[in-house]
Amino acid sequence: MAVSVSLSQNPSFTSTRRTSYLTSPASISQFIKISSSSNLLKPLMNRTLSLTQRSASVFPRATASPSSSTSSATSSTTFHGLCYVVRDNIDTDQIIPAEYLTLVPSKSDEYEKLGSYALIGLPSSYTTRFIEPNETKTKYSIVIAGDNFGCGSSREHAPVALGASGVAAVVAESYARIFFRNSVATGEVYPLESEGRICDECKTGDVVTIELDDSLLINHTTGKEYKLKPIGDAGPVIEAGGIFAYARKTGMIPSRSA
Amino acid sequence: MASSVIAPTSTSFMYSKKGHSDFSSALPFSTQICKRAVSKKICCSVMAPQQSERKPSTTGPVLYLPLLTGVKTAMTMTEKIFARASEKSQLNPGDNVWVNVDILMTHDVCGPGSIGIFKREFGENAQVWDREKVVIIPDHYIFTSDERANRNVDILRDFCKEQNIKYFYDIKDLGNFKANPDYKGVCHVALAQEGHCRPGEVLLGTDSHTCTAGAFGQFATGIGNTDAGFVLGAGKLLLKVPPTLRFVMDGEMPNYLLAKDLILQIIGEITMAGATYKSMEFVGTTVESLSMEERMTLCNMVVEAGGKNGIIPADSTTYKYLEDKTSVGYEPVYSDKQARFLSEYRFDVSKLEPLVAKPHSPDNRALARECKDVKIDRVYIGSCTGGKTEDFLAAAKVFVASGKKVKVPTFLVPATQRVWMDIYSLPVPGSGGKTCSQIFEEAGCDTPASPSCGACLGGPKDTYARLNEPQVCVSTTNRNFPGRMGHKEGEIYLASPYTAAASALTGYVTDPREFLQ
Repeated sequence: MAVSVSLSQNPSFTSTRRTSYLTSPASISQFIKISSSSNLLKPLMNRTLSLTQRSASVFPRATASPSSSTSSATSSTTFHGLCYVVRDNIDTDQIIPAEYLTLVPSKSDEYEKLGSYALIGLPSSYTTRFIEPNETKTKYSIVIAGDNFGCGSSREHAPVALGASGVAAVVAESYARIFFRNSVATGEVYPLESEGRICDECKTGDVVTIELDDSLLINHTTGKEYKLKPIGDAGPVIEAGGIFAYARKTGMIPSRSA
Repeated sequence: MASSVIAPTSTSFMYSKKGHSDFSSALPFSTQICKRAVSKKICCSVMAPQQSERKPSTTGPVLYLPLLTGVKTAMTMTEKIFARASEKSQLNPGDNVWVNVDILMTHDVCGPGSIGIFKREFGENAQVWDREKVVIIPDHYIFTSDERANRNVDILRDFCKEQNIKYFYDIKDLGNFKANPDYKGVCHVALAQEGHCRPGEVLLGTDSHTCTAGAFGQFATGIGNTDAGFVLGAGKLLLKVPPTLRFVMDGEMPNYLLAKDLILQIIGEITMAGATYKSMEFVGTTVESLSMEERMTLCNMVVEAGGKNGIIPADSTTYKYLEDKTSVGYEPVYSDKQARFLSEYRFDVSKLEPLVAKPHSPDNRALARECKDVKIDRVYIGSCTGGKTEDFLAAAKVFVASGKKVKVPTFLVPATQRVWMDIYSLPVPGSGGKTCSQIFEEAGCDTPASPSCGACLGGPKDTYARLNEPQVCVSTTNRNFPGRMGHKEGEIYLASPYTAAASALTGYVTDPREFLQ
C-alpha cells in the first residue's frame, strides 16, 4: 500500500492541472471513488480513480498525491481544490444528521451513501450547499471552519462522511476532541488547525492549496497565505490510512497474512 | 468525605496568576475564559458571590499550581485511574498511556460499525478480549420500521450469539417492549441500573454521553468505531491523561433547582469548548448531597463543554446505590490534597436560579424567567440526561403542585424499562399516593412511550415525538444544535425536568418557581 501511495497520482492534485482549476474549478469534482471489495484492504480506504486518466493509481482516502506527478515519496504532500467555509461549533449532527446513522461505515456501499449526506445538516442559511442536489460527491475538497469543529456526538460517521464525500482536509481553528481522534483513527480526513480565524477571510468557492509539510494554506483567490499548526505525529497515521494501517505499516501489529 | 479533601486545598494551593511554573499553558486558557464569561449577559447575575479571599473577578478560575517540585506523587482521581489501568505508579497530564479497559459499551448505532472494524482487523474468527467486559445495549433506533435500523439490531444479536457476550440487552418484539425482559433502553442509564458502573474503573463506550458514568467515580468517555474495534480485540486503548478542571459546588440546593441547572450553569460559564481534552471533577457539599441519578445528570453533559470525562468522588451514596447491583469488587480512588488542577471554579448553589440553554447551543445560557415570553409548541421529557426515574418524579411534582393541565403536547420517554416501571408504580411524594403515570394522565400528557433514546437525537422519520415541524420545544435532553431533534429550523430550549413541566403548564418557557413556591 505504501508503494502505491508514493507513486499515486491524481490529476486533481497535480501541479500541471492546478492552473486549469483556477479557471475551471468545477472540474475538480470530476473524480469518482470505487470502494474496495477486497478483504485485504480497509473498506474505509477507498480508492480514487480519475475519470480523466484511466490508468490512475489508488491511494488511501485522505492521502494526497505528491504535488509533482511523478515525484517520489519524499515529495511534499499537497491538497489543492475548492474550499467550503463554515463557522464555529459545527457539531456532528450538522455534519451527518442522526437519521442517517443507520448506515454502517464499515460496509462499503453504505460508506458511499454516508458521503452523499455530508454536511446536509447545515442550516438553510448556508445557501451554497456542500453537495449539490442529485450529486453524491462534493466539489469542495477542503473544509475551512472556526472553533470547535465536530463537537457533540462521538459518531465516527462524521469524519467518515466527510472523507467519503471527497474531502481531503479540514482546516479549523480548533476541534472537539472526539472528532479529531476519529479523523486520525480512520485516516479519513486531515484535521488541520489554523493559527487564526481563516474562516473569516476565506469564502466558499475560493481556490486553495494546502502545503502539508510547510504547514501552509494558500488562498489563490485572495492571494493570501496562512500558517497552519503542524499536524505532527498524527500525519503519518492519517497518511497510512488510519491507526490499524499505520500500526501494521510500522510493525506495531503483525501484518495480515494474505 | 470530599469536603475534607477540598477544604485545605482551596487555601493552601491558591497562587496568584503570575506565580506559575510548569503549568504556564493554563494562563491563556484562563484569560480566555474570563473574557468570554464576561461577555455572557447573565453570567454575573447568577454566579454565586465569591468568597472574600477570591480574586475580584467573580467568573474567572483560580489557578492551582504545584506546591513543590518534590511533590511528585500527588494526583487527581482521573490521573490515579489512568495510572492503575496502565500499571504505572505516576502519571502526569499529557502522558499517553495504554489503558486497560474494564467495560466496553456499544449500541445499535455504532456497534455494527465497530464490529465490522473488529472483524476486518482481527479476522472473521477473532474472539473479543473478554466476553464479560463487553456490554451491548440496543437503545437508539428501536421502535421504528426503518429496515436498516432493524437490521443493525440483528447484527448486534448475531455478534453477541457468536461471541457468547454475557451482557446483551436484546429486543425482538418491537410491538411490545414489555414482552422483552432483557431489553433495557438508554445505554447510559442501563449501565448504571445493571451494575456496570463501578468506582475506580475505566469504561469506554461508542457514545459521547458515556461520560455519564463518571458519577460513580470512574473514568468514562466516548470513543469512535475504530477505537472500539481495537478495544474489542485488544482490551486496551492508547489514551492521553487529561488535566483536570475542578468545580466546587457548595451550598444548599434550593427546591426549584436540579442537577441540570448546575451543569447548564457550568457549560454557560466555560463555553462549549471550555473543557476540551480536560477532565471535569465535581466536588463540594452540594455534589455530596446529590443522588446518584442527579450526579449522572451532572456528568452526562460534560461533553457539551468539550470535556473528556466528568467525575465525582464515590461516597456512601455511591456504595448504597451499588449494594444490590454488582458483586464485582471495586476500589475507589480520590484526588490527593496536593493534586494539581488546571483551574478551579466555585459556585454557591443556593444563589443559582433555574436556567435554560437557548437555541442552538448548549452554552447559550439564560435564566428561565428571562425567556418567559418565548412561546413553545411542545415539551419533551426523556433521554440519558433527563429521562431517569427522578426526572419524571420531578416533573410530576410540578404537575401536582399546580393541579393544572398542560397547554402544549407533552411527550414522555422513559430512558429504560426500569424507569417505565417506576413511573407506573412509585408513589409521588405529596400526591396522596398517586403514581407518576396517574399524575401525567390527569395533567393531559401523552402516555409514556416505549423506553429508548427516542427523539433526543431525531432519528428515523417515524421516531416517536420527533420534531418534524419547525417548532419550539422545551426539552430535558442534552443538545440543541440545529436539527438535533429532527427539523433543522426547530428551536430547542434545554431545561431541567422542573422547568420543562412548568413550561408545559403555561405554553411558555417558565421558571418552575411559579409552581413550586
